[in-house]
Amino acid sequence: MAAGRKKKRKELFALGNEAVVEGALLAGCSFYGGYPITPSSEIMEVMAQRLPKNDNGVFLQMEDEIASMGAVIGASLAGCKAMTATSGPGFSLMQEHLGYACMVEAPLVLVNVMRGGPSTGLPTSPAQGDVQQARWGTHGDHSMIVLSASNVQECLEMTITAFNMAEKYRTPVVLLLDEITAHTREKITIPREDEYEVFNRVVPTMPPEWYKPFEETVRGVPPMPPIGSGYRFHVTGLTHDPNGFPTSRPEEVADLMERMFRKIDQFLPQVSLYEEYLCADADVCVVAYGSVARSAEYAVEQARERGVKAGLLKLKTLFPYPRAATEKVMGHARALVVPEMNMGQISREVKRVNNGRATVRALNRVDGQIITPSEILKAIMQV
Amino acid sequence: MKQGVNLERFEIRLSGLGGQGIITLGRVLGAGLALGHGYQVTQTQSYGPEARGGSSRCDLVVSSGKISYPKAQSLDLLVALSQEACNAYYSFLKPGGILVLETDLVRQPPTNLYLGLPFTEMAASKVGIVQAMNTIVLGAISYLLPFVEQRIMRSSLQSALPAKIRDVNTKAFNLGHREAKREFGEQPEIWKGKPEEREGSDI
Amino acid sequence: MSEVIGNHIIHKYLRHNKKFPHVLCPGCGHGIALGALIRSVHCLGLEKDDVVIVAGIGCSGRLAVYVDFNTVHTTHGRALTFATGIKMAKPHLKVICLMGDGDALSIGGNHLIHAARRNIGITALVLNNNIYGMTGGQCSPTTPHGSFSMTSPYGQLEKGFDVAELARAAGANFVARGTSFHAQQLDKLLIQALQHPGFSMVEVVSPCHTQYGRKNKFKGAVDMYKWLKKSATPVERYAELDETGQKDRFPIGVFVDNDAPGLEEQYYALKEKMRGRKS
Repeated sequence: MAAGRKKKRKELFALGNEAVVEGALLAGCSFYGGYPITPSSEIMEVMAQRLPKNDNGVFLQMEDEIASMGAVIGASLAGCKAMTATSGPGFSLMQEHLGYACMVEAPLVLVNVMRGGPSTGLPTSPAQGDVQQARWGTHGDHSMIVLSASNVQECLEMTITAFNMAEKYRTPVVLLLDEITAHTREKITIPREDEYEVFNRVVPTMPPEWYKPFEETVRGVPPMPPIGSGYRFHVTGLTHDPNGFPTSRPEEVADLMERMFRKIDQFLPQVSLYEEYLCADADVCVVAYGSVARSAEYAVEQARERGVKAGLLKLKTLFPYPRAATEKVMGHARALVVPEMNMGQISREVKRVNNGRATVRALNRVDGQIITPSEILKAIMQV
Repeated sequence: MKQGVNLERFEIRLSGLGGQGIITLGRVLGAGLALGHGYQVTQTQSYGPEARGGSSRCDLVVSSGKISYPKAQSLDLLVALSQEACNAYYSFLKPGGILVLETDLVRQPPTNLYLGLPFTEMAASKVGIVQAMNTIVLGAISYLLPFVEQRIMRSSLQSALPAKIRDVNTKAFNLGHREAKREFGEQPEIWKGKPEEREGSDI
Repeated sequence: MSEVIGNHIIHKYLRHNKKFPHVLCPGCGHGIALGALIRSVHCLGLEKDDVVIVAGIGCSGRLAVYVDFNTVHTTHGRALTFATGIKMAKPHLKVICLMGDGDALSIGGNHLIHAARRNIGITALVLNNNIYGMTGGQCSPTTPHGSFSMTSPYGQLEKGFDVAELARAAGANFVARGTSFHAQQLDKLLIQALQHPGFSMVEVVSPCHTQYGRKNKFKGAVDMYKWLKKSATPVERYAELDETGQKDRFPIGVFVDNDAPGLEEQYYALKEKMRGRKS
């Protein structure tokens, strides 16, 4: 702990889901619209307690997940930092409005606590089956930021990060948790005010008659005023021109689409978050995320004890896929092990980046059980 | 916060029937160890559409250092408050691990090496409410675990409860601790800080 | 309120930087409904900045783009969900939803009944033309039994929804029905609806000759307005008619007129109360 005169940090023994709420409130979340679904419901329940007590907090239970996302986008357009949380079946329903949020560039955070699937699947068991859905679930070509967290403290931190990225790049951000991370209680430390950064969306400062809601800027992100602040403009899910009016002129359509990709792609280094553990000299590197990264860490330690130079690349950003980080470990590791609670949704990204350089070994499990350290250790020893 | 004993990785499973307050017990124990004693703790539990009277389970992993794998798989302490739970989880005890039973509810212990008290009956007759049974168990565990300080765990318990039921639970906690001291004898030697003995257990 | 409002007023509320012409066919009733909405907003003296138009998908959905308010053109059937978020976040705004019959009652039927049930302070206009107009004339949930469309080429076998009855049963605070023919009455209904707390819904029977009339023995758009004139009956008179008299007619006017506080009012009152308790 830092100098004694500084205020002591608050500690809690909390669920991953509760930590998400703590993070969201620190980040300035003032709107939650949702529909309860296991294993994400604690997020909604705690929000229902906390938000009405906040100065400007609004909590709303909607009739389904489609409506939840609609309300969240509406609140976002009205100037709130808004979020929702769900699990697989609800995530499928939210895809419609996830695309709308991309198109109208509405900042919001969507937490998906992954369970076994497809369909109703395994409601109370962990899985990581929604990774590619988070990236490509909504129709049409679009950019998407997808984050993950592997322990309870990270749930708090990554929720703050998710809000910051959403506001910075005017985009929906998906935070993928799995049932284990969400339902594990651990000690978390609430950071002091000076220990975390909060980013608020840029609002226009020019007179309303000059304002063009979807105009090009240096960062590719147009300023965004809240509804009712004097900047009257049109928001539409149709392809639109810089004024926000529907257009099908090829050059205007191309400009919009390219800007929406560029606004995220040009900040790849800032968006790509990961942690390296014993990677520097690793011959075998495990690439993992979510609760599986915890098993992987244990396995890496055990492999080192047995004389194998193993390392762990823990992904915190899943999309845009952290290509540079993966290429870096490939520089010296001759084999990569990618354990996932799915049939290989990130290992295909690793293989794509790898392009034949190293051996990529996917380790998959889809029976609703976490991948254990010994399974990963076995794979490390084999490759 | 100072940690009394250096722990490598200590695994506890609390198990029994839904409605016995297993999960609450785990939460209070976990919060006491994590916030009061300064250990790293992960607490997981069985989730499912379990009705009251169904099975219930709560796992804790306690360590002085970082806990990578959050689930319990090789138990140092198993608390079984029902026959069914005892049958299901006894095999997860590691060699030398300790089994604590509810002696009225587990009539057929799988081994003679166990510690037991009639927790439910104690709650009914000595505290006056059956619901305080889990707090008596907490008191007993607090005695049993050499790295738990009774005082810290008790205040952690008190801070977790609403004022209305604080006194009765404090009474239950003290009762559990006292009875365990009388019935269980010395705290298990192997837990008193020789972590190297437990190393090498492959998981 | 009864002053005659000329077209110059409407011009003040249009977006002249929008690429006109509009998408509506000659004879369409939707423009009349939009005109009535503008006149009622003008009569109530609402600031443009305080008015939010949230529209769905379809011909009705396109209306939002033409008016100089805060306008949000959302997804098919979901306008009410966006409007709910906006209203809860900024309760001082006047939030108006523009929806079609397919929009509000088919894909968005769930949202309509829940908006009415939770009594959120939104005014919903359901422009009912008994057909999916924009997409080429497929039948909608209000296409009457026996009538023809691209997807009921042998006659519709299903019954249509009674929009007003549905909203009433779901608990809306204010429910009314008007038509594009009875334009002055529509102004009055909309003014009443906009002044109501909680959820208010106005169904506007609005003819679509291009997609519905042509397939159902209406020779021209004018015939459809004649049909409206003939069959729309003030609700008081309609109630006095016997069954044969009611056949081929439908009631217009105000059906439900309650003053229960809207959800947002209750929510912010609760917050206020909790804050009082805290300090």
